[in-house]
Amino acid sequence: MIEVNNIHKSFGESKILKGISASFEKGKTSLIIGQSGSGKTVFLKSLLGLHVPEEGTISFDGRISGQMDVKDKRQLRQDIGMVFQGSALFDSLTVEENVMFPLKMFTDQSFSEMQDRVSAVLNRVNLPDAFKKFPAELSGGMQKRVAIARAIVMNPKYLFCDEPNSGLDPKTAIVIDNLIQEITDEYQIITVINTHDMNSVMEIGEKIIFLQDGLKAWEGTSKEIFKTDNESVVDFVYSSNLFKKVRQAYLNEIN
Amino acid sequence: MNYIEHVGKYFQMLGQVFKRPQKWNVFKDALFREIEDLGLKSVGIVAFIAFFVGGVIAIQTALNLESPIIPKYLIGFATKRAMILEFAPTFASVILAGKVGSFITSSIGTMRVTEQIDALEVMGINSLNYLVLPKIIAAVFFYPLLVALAIFLGIFGGWVAGALTDLFHSVNYIEGIQMDFNPFLLKYAAIKAVVFAFVIATVPSYHGYYVKGGALEVGRASTQAVVWTSVVIILLNYFLTQLLLS
Ligand SMILES: Nc1ncnc2c1ncn2[C@@H]1O[C@H](COP(=O)(O)OP(=O)(O)OP(=O)(O)O)[C@@H](O)[C@H]1O
Ligand SMILES: [Mg+2]
Repeated sequence: MIEVNNIHKSFGESKILKGISASFEKGKTSLIIGQSGSGKTVFLKSLLGLHVPEEGTISFDGRISGQMDVKDKRQLRQDIGMVFQGSALFDSLTVEENVMFPLKMFTDQSFSEMQDRVSAVLNRVNLPDAFKKFPAELSGGMQKRVAIARAIVMNPKYLFCDEPNSGLDPKTAIVIDNLIQEITDEYQIITVINTHDMNSVMEIGEKIIFLQDGLKAWEGTSKEIFKTDNESVVDFVYSSNLFKKVRQAYLNEIN
Repeated sequence: MNYIEHVGKYFQMLGQVFKRPQKWNVFKDALFREIEDLGLKSVGIVAFIAFFVGGVIAIQTALNLESPIIPKYLIGFATKRAMILEFAPTFASVILAGKVGSFITSSIGTMRVTEQIDALEVMGINSLNYLVLPKIIAAVFFYPLLVALAIFLGIFGGWVAGALTDLFHSVNYIEGIQMDFNPFLLKYAAIKAVVFAFVIATVPSYHGYYVKGGALEVGRASTQAVVWTSVVIILLNYFLTQLLLS
């Protein structure tokens, strides 16, 4: 379990996170939603330790950020997989080298063991024949899948994804969503995803946290998000007419 | 930020860079890649320029020595001295500051703005150590060789110029090169090469690593890096010359 307790983060004068608490459970996919600029990425990067919050604590199964020695910190980092908003693949390395990179850095496996592991995860993300390509030669969706493969190659306990399906067509977006959810379930990972994608919200949100003005404005499941009458959530999630209709239909059905 | 703060941050950066690499195999791979990118790929341009500059120095010297009482071997001697003292170590470094410096800043800067550096940090990798240390080692070991090559080709270029123009004789030129051999001057050139190599590897890394924004800022940082690397080289050249030769 990841427990976030009252974290604050500002850059200079501007306060981005103004005291957010949340918890994320094993084997579940949790979503962070909120407007562009609401601080989703800052929140995720604070969990990862890329930003250091001025106040508040984060605990990973009892390991509390800021209270760990160097060795524990390094171990924790190896338990974390991260998929960045722009994939962040190393562009001087091939797909295979990208995915193999954490193994090379942190394990003493032989080259053939590493190769086996790499092909296993690349198969898992349905990219069996891109080994020798460079990131620039791949489509956005394929890059995302390589990024997911790199994030899970070390068998992480925690997986963080920053808008894993932004910029993808609806069909690929669903494939990526399902892939992340399956992996989460299969390996009992704690997964936290930032997203704008309302489809993801409906489909895979086992827990949804809505950020607004640096605070957690709402929290619930994808079922509850249909029923909620919290104005700012309704306003944000159902801003399109299509989703307004979907919501109305759902509400009519259950009443 | 003012200059003092930048200098402070630069030295702080070096503190992170000079740590033990986390995995020797990975470090070795990175080192070979840097030797190729920063060293081997610069051989052509340095050789080309050194050869022609050597030729020009020889021709200029010959044209300026009209008086019959000045010995002809002075042309070879002057070309040799100019190559060893200034052209090969300093001038070549300024050229490399442009070529290699902009490459380093844009590649590290791109890694910064596309979150590749964050990706390294999340994995628990000391990104400065991983990215910059191999560059420093590659440059510091490879550039003295490059400077030696430039000295050699420059002197050779002078000889070729003589052969092609008939401004001076090969015998006199060779006599001039062999005159007054001073090993200390070679040491001086090597010291300059090592110091400038360090500057060329680190100042552009600094500019790239701390870039904020997007592609435009990376481009701007590259220009800045080339300017500052050149300025630092020229200033250090002045101080080193005063320190070592006077
Ligand atoms: N390193 C930084 N330095 C200064 N300000 C920052 C930094 N990172 C983010 N911010 C600011 O924090 C705010 C939140 O940014 P963030 O990237 O978290 O938004 P987001 O919710 O992820 O948006 P999007 O959905 O567009 O990705 C923005 O106003 C941004 O300008
Ligand atoms: Mg974001």
